[in-house]
Amino acid sequence: MTRIRPQSLRAIFAAPLAIAIFSLVGLVAALLDDGLYDLLSWLGLAVPVAVIVWSLRWRRQ
Amino acid sequence: MTSRSIRVWYLVHKWTSLVCTAFMLLLCITGLPLIFHDEIDALFEDDLKLADLPAETPLRSLDEAVAAAVAAFPGEQPLYMSFNRDQPVVNVTTGPHVKAVRQQMHLSPIDLRQALVIGQIVDDGIMHIILRLHVDMFAGLPGELFLGFMGFLMFIAIVSGVVVYAPFMRRLRFGAIRVSRSRRVKWIDAHNMLGIVTLLWLSVVGLTGVINTLSKPLVDVWRANELADMVAPYRDKPVPTQLASLEQAVRTAMDAAPGTRPQFVAFPGVRFSSNHHYAVWLRGATPATERLLTPALVDAQTGELTAIRRMPWYMLVLKLSQPLHFGDYGGLPLKILWAVLDIVAIVILGSGLYLWLARRHPVAISA
Repeated sequence: MTRIRPQSLRAIFAAPLAIAIFSLVGLVAALLDDGLYDLLSWLGLAVPVAVIVWSLRWRRQ
Repeated sequence: MTSRSIRVWYLVHKWTSLVCTAFMLLLCITGLPLIFHDEIDALFEDDLKLADLPAETPLRSLDEAVAAAVAAFPGEQPLYMSFNRDQPVVNVTTGPHVKAVRQQMHLSPIDLRQALVIGQIVDDGIMHIILRLHVDMFAGLPGELFLGFMGFLMFIAIVSGVVVYAPFMRRLRFGAIRVSRSRRVKWIDAHNMLGIVTLLWLSVVGLTGVINTLSKPLVDVWRANELADMVAPYRDKPVPTQLASLEQAVRTAMDAAPGTRPQFVAFPGVRFSSNHHYAVWLRGATPATERLLTPALVDAQTGELTAIRRMPWYMLVLKLSQPLHFGDYGGLPLKILWAVLDIVAIVILGSGLYLWLARRHPVAISA
């Protein structure tokens, strides 16, 4: 396992915060309208799912 | 953060999780089929096929629809009428009296072109059992409020989980899963990653679920305040025996709020109306406004409009909490994402439980 230097709080929460913002956009978009807004909501909520796949597949160490 | 405060947050995470985990597993598992209840219901609902009639067939009046429903259940009275969005169909709920409980009611779908009852909607299938387990575990309002409290504990578990995530990840890169160490380390990393990634979705679904459990008390507050204000001059009048035309009442309500369509009508005396009015609940015509209901009260004796007033903020919050909890507002792809995230939540709960057990009995689990 690669040992890394202690990270700041900002570094630890940068990715989780970005994922939360994408999720929030996804949750709200489909409430506003149909069509493109639905697509936006699928993309937004696909972000956490994609990150899970990425982590399980490519972040094993 | 001091190691002492980390330990306190960890204890908060452990105990709130332990208390709510069994119930959260129940909710996540029963919630999974409920996400697709429209699709599942459609598989079994073959008895509600509409007759083939010319496209221009005029609609009969709502009063004739009510009469047809009452004729199907003699001795009962109309309580609610709801309007189908896509078909010329209304559903009329009848019951023995205005305070009837759900088990005593009958729901008749009526083809408005012929004013004919076209079947009966009954709540006794497997989906209904799953729904009741999910909503109140067959324990009524106390069951609902209890599950709401469990949902609130889950939210505390999420918040405390985020707090203890930070010290844990100081020397780990985001998303890393250490598979080369023990099974326990692998599952800690997986639990942390899955939890932090689904943080927002799970919080929103959890908190909107909590709000939904408050639906009955909130409607009672609305009745006691807003509705009581709107119908103050009618306070002591009895439920009228001769009702004015419902068709006219709905028209009157729609004229008072242009650009709206009726979602349902509550008859005089029932929970969503006063003793003396048809409450016509109107919804907006656009996707953004269709969930924002506006009740119009029409005097059920004279057919005249008494009052129309927007819902207070807590009723709007309640209305918006429904789609955000159910995930039924963005087509099938959104439902599939909802289901995937729900399964992830089950894995988070299960892995949390495993980590706690493995900690208590390290030898037994690793053997």
